[in-house]
Amino acid sequence: MLASAIIVFREVLEAALIVGIVAAATRSVPGRTAWLAAGIGAGVLGAAMVALGTERIAAMASGIGQELFNATVLGIAVLMLAWHNLWMSSHGAELAKDARNVGHDIRDGRRERSVLLIVVGLAVLREGSETVLFLYGIAAGEGGASLPMLVGGLVGVAGGVAVGYLLYRGLLRIPLKWFFTATAILVLFLAAGMASQAARFLIQADVLPSLAEPVWDTSAVLPDGSIVGTLLHGLVGYDARPAGMQLIFYVLVLVAIGAGMMWIGRGDGSPSARSRAAT
Amino acid sequence: MRHRSLAIAAAVLALSGATPALAGDDEFKLVIENHKFEPAEIVIPANKKVKLVIENRDATPEEFESKLLKAEKVIAGKSTASVFIGPLKPGSYPFVGEYNEKTAKGTVVAK
Repeated sequence: MLASAIIVFREVLEAALIVGIVAAATRSVPGRTAWLAAGIGAGVLGAAMVALGTERIAAMASGIGQELFNATVLGIAVLMLAWHNLWMSSHGAELAKDARNVGHDIRDGRRERSVLLIVVGLAVLREGSETVLFLYGIAAGEGGASLPMLVGGLVGVAGGVAVGYLLYRGLLRIPLKWFFTATAILVLFLAAGMASQAARFLIQADVLPSLAEPVWDTSAVLPDGSIVGTLLHGLVGYDARPAGMQLIFYVLVLVAIGAGMMWIGRGDGSPSARSRAAT
Repeated sequence: MRHRSLAIAAAVLALSGATPALAGDDEFKLVIENHKFEPAEIVIPANKKVKLVIENRDATPEEFESKLLKAEKVIAGKSTASVFIGPLKPGSYPFVGEYNEKTAKGTVVAK
């Protein structure tokens, strides 16, 4: 039971961290709770479909379908997170001024909501499909031990969701003055981490060379599988033994989005100046 | 940002039709049966990217996973999948079948 709880927890955690950050980052977007729920729902549905289609996806593209699928899902999520951050750079100051003043800018808000829906949906879909397969394996496997293992799986889901929720509550406690900057930075690292994971899948599929593997090795100090390692992996894309190509993807995305944010939010950077520029 | 993603999209599209290049002598076979890997230890050449072909003879899916090898691949029940690993420095690299971690364990030894 404990083993299955831990496995499911690990899978759910990553998605939960993403949902927690995105939920906090979009706190002022009108109607975002419903969109968030829709994203999670769509993700779960999608996860079940991906799990069902595992064999077919895997067989696509001469056997590297699964890697291309994962890399594409991650790539889209990176784009969406980039869009979110750029949008926030031009509107965040306004939103920070009055988090409850949500009536204006409905068109942009609507686009932001679909971005939210897609990011959350993709995160749940990707991590969820592995959970579904695992639980299916238990359910279809040798009878005896399966009920406690299924219960363990559910405990794992609950645990992952709880951590995501705690992160969300914690983020909401950040003073409004710093709030959008803090969440933007989190989203920025989240996107970079996803880009690095996408690179990893493309290396595994032999689409890209790994280039110097590993660039460093901190697996003795902070292994990927440890609690802190897993959390850091989920939050900022920590990798104990990154390939050179992963690092390139990571830095490229970090710099590209960071530069875009600075370019859009340029001016003197004070909230009042930024909100004047945005209106 | 956008350009990079476009490039990736283009690469993905281009590759979805292409056959990845592989040489027979760089292929290594693993079998999963009764939630165990056979062989449990597999020796591969160091400093070279090689292809692991993994056949899952069980009816349930398995996830071949190794943090050190940077591999993560779901293999459906009764099917075969492959992952590319390396180039690796000489050493041993443990891997597991994540869905049955207690029994499904193995090591890649790079020499």
